[in-house]
Amino acid sequence: MIEFQDLRKAFDGRPVLEGFTLRVQDGETTVIIGYSGTGKSVALKHVVGLLQADAGDVIVDGRAVSTLDRAALTALRREIGFVFQFAALFDSMSVFDNLALGLRRRELSDDEIAERVAEALALVDLTGAEDRYPAELSGGMRKRVGIARAIALRPRYILYDEPTTGLDPVTAAVIDQLMVRTREHLRVTGIVVTHDMRSAYTVGDRIAMLYEGKIRQVGTVAQIQETEDPVVRQFIEGRPT
Amino acid sequence: MIERLGRRTVDAIKAVGGFGHFVGDLARAVPDVAVWGRLTLVQMRRVGVDSLPVALFIAAFTGVVLALQASYTFTGTVPLYFVGTLVGKTMMLELGPVLAGLALAGRVGASMAAELGTMKVTEQVDALETLAYDPQSFLVLPRVLAGTTMFPVIVALAILTGIFTGWIASFVLLDLSTQEFLKGLKLFYRFKDTWFGLFKSATFGCTITLVGCVVGLSTRGGAEGVGRSTTRAVVYSAVLLLVLDAFWALVLLR
Ligand SMILES: Nc1ncnc2c1ncn2[C@@H]1O[C@H](COP(=O)(O)OP(=O)(O)OP(=O)(O)O)[C@@H](O)[C@H]1O
Ligand SMILES: [Mg+2]
Repeated sequence: MIEFQDLRKAFDGRPVLEGFTLRVQDGETTVIIGYSGTGKSVALKHVVGLLQADAGDVIVDGRAVSTLDRAALTALRREIGFVFQFAALFDSMSVFDNLALGLRRRELSDDEIAERVAEALALVDLTGAEDRYPAELSGGMRKRVGIARAIALRPRYILYDEPTTGLDPVTAAVIDQLMVRTREHLRVTGIVVTHDMRSAYTVGDRIAMLYEGKIRQVGTVAQIQETEDPVVRQFIEGRPT
Repeated sequence: MIERLGRRTVDAIKAVGGFGHFVGDLARAVPDVAVWGRLTLVQMRRVGVDSLPVALFIAAFTGVVLALQASYTFTGTVPLYFVGTLVGKTMMLELGPVLAGLALAGRVGASMAAELGTMKVTEQVDALETLAYDPQSFLVLPRVLAGTTMFPVIVALAILTGIFTGWIASFVLLDLSTQEFLKGLKLFYRFKDTWFGLFKSATFGCTITLVGCVVGLSTRGGAEGVGRSTTRAVVYSAVLLLVLDAFWALVLLR
């Protein structure tokens, strides 16, 4: 279980998160929606200790992330796959090495690594792209390699930062299916940050909206679709003011 | 005014503190041989390939100029075989390490800062951390080790090149016989000349790569930030190199 407890974070005195509280149950996928620049990516980065909170904390299976020492933080990171908003592929490495790098940190033989890489690439429909370099891939392909890199690790948790933004509708639907399947088959607990409401409804068990540094509302897909809250309504219907 | 000075001082102290922290983290990464071992070889090759041609090019011309300047200065009052002494001593003690060092700062330091800076702003460093790697052992340690070990080798070759071209110049342009040149070269030679130059080079190599990595990893703000880091790395490492040069002269040559 991942719990955000009253998380507060400011950059250069400008507050971004102001008491972000959210509970992500095991085996569920929680979708975080919210306007651009409200701090969704910032919130995700606190889970793996890439950013340190000014106050509050994230608790992962009883471990308060900000209190972990280096070894414990590394152990935590091994359980969590992170899909970066802009893929963050290693551009000096081939697609294969991008995926294999994380696997080499585990006790796996070279054959097992190759197998896992091929399997993960097949899941994102990129079979045969092993030897290509990130610079030779389209934005959407890079994004899918980023997803494959996280899935290949078979982590307990996966944090997806806008996995379908910038993909064509069909590929986006394929990725949505993939996220649903990873949850069902591998029992992965997920957090998905997205603007794409169709995706949110497909993959989310619960949806939470981040607004002005706090969670404005959290509920099941049905609850969110029927919400009375004007802020949430406006966002999910995509109405300009 | 005072407030600004105060802020500057605080910033400077913070920077030094941050640097200490960085070096501490680096020391903690040392046991991680499995990660940095292979990568160090890659970096050593890169440092060698990047800096050897420039270093040898500079040293070759310096050797010639030193020989000519020495003969010009002596104007017959000092025996001409002192040209060998001057070329040898200057190349070994000062110009070999320092000129190669400045070339290395411009090439290797800058490219490391640009590379790590780009990785930082494109979140590749973050990605590395989420894959349970320590950027210190994956990125920094291989580069610093490569700089520290390869640079004395490069400088040794540069010194040899400089002495060689100095000898050719004396032979061809100054009519100084090989025996005379060698006599001058050996005259005041001490073993210390060699190890001082090479030891100094190792510290230069360490400083330049460390500065390149620290500056690269502290990059903020996109392509412009990477550009700023690159020039900053060159300036900082060149300045530090000259200060370090003076420091070693004070400590070891007095
Ligand atoms: N490392 C950082 N340094 C300074 N400011 C930052 C940093 N990271 C994020 N911010 C600021 O925090 C705010 C939230 O950023 P964040 O990337 O979390 O937004 P987001 O909700 O993910 O938006 P988007 O949907 O566009 O990705 C932004 O105003 C951004 O400028
Ligand atoms: Mg974001």
